[in-house]
Amino acid sequence: MSNNKIIHWFKYGSPQSFYPLAGKMIPWFWVLATIFFVIGLYISFFLAPTDFQQGEGYRIIFIHVPAAWMSMFIYLVMAFWAGLGLALNTRLSSMMAQALAPTGAIMAFLSLWTGALWGKPMWGAWWVWDARLTSALILFFLYIGFIALQAAIDDARRADKAGAILALVGVVNVPIIYFSVKWWNTLHQGASVSLTKAPSMAAIMLWGMLIMALAFWMYSIAVALTRVRAIILEREAHTEWVKELPEVKQ
Amino acid sequence: MNWESPAAFFAMGGYGFYVWGSFGVCALLMIAEPILASRRRKDILRSLRRESLAETLEKQ
Repeated sequence: MSNNKIIHWFKYGSPQSFYPLAGKMIPWFWVLATIFFVIGLYISFFLAPTDFQQGEGYRIIFIHVPAAWMSMFIYLVMAFWAGLGLALNTRLSSMMAQALAPTGAIMAFLSLWTGALWGKPMWGAWWVWDARLTSALILFFLYIGFIALQAAIDDARRADKAGAILALVGVVNVPIIYFSVKWWNTLHQGASVSLTKAPSMAAIMLWGMLIMALAFWMYSIAVALTRVRAIILEREAHTEWVKELPEVKQ
Repeated sequence: MNWESPAAFFAMGGYGFYVWGSFGVCALLMIAEPILASRRRKDILRSLRRESLAETLEKQ
């Protein structure tokens, strides 16, 4: 790698240059999210046929699975940024982790909420203490714990470090959630989509689910970038570059 | 097309409460979250502008 590239990389690693860049990226992610939501919802309600076992009730899958995937994926990304901030003392990566936590918590909540509303008519119970559901609940608590711990520590850098350790320890829960349906006998069904087997569902349903997952993904990026811009301003409020911003100076 | 009438669409084959309860709460949170996130930025911008105004007034 040439020296030029290294400098370029670190340039966007500073809050000062990432702030305007994120501002430019946000509208594009909203456009993508909207497109995927429109197509995904159209497939979910109009193209995907009625399920022969679960009737129309199965349509919850089109938000349940994307929300559950995002809750795990966002946790891994959050722990990665938090860990990077801990190891390299980079301010922006800790801010990124902090910006992702509420979105991840919402995804974890939605996976539990839609799961309860799906479980009631199909299993006859809102909730059971099986391995998949319990580990998903722990993921939600990990997000809440991360947010609460950071909010409880006044010094931002120390809050970053404490939060990073919690986030990194909690990573062990993600493979537990993912493999729980294999490792234990659970009421929750096994994976409909996996990397090793052909998917066990109709192609149009699979497409609907994947496009909705893309919509959730683009949404998460857009909202996390919006939040990280607020966090950058809050934490860099004392710096010259923030004072010189056109939206501050006027 | 799956639905014979709008009423059939809202009934969701008897699963209306569960399906709309899921999609409704999902939509609600995904509308509220971006509004709160952009409000957070507007709040900090407002206080930054106030500070900058105070500084310029002090200098005068």
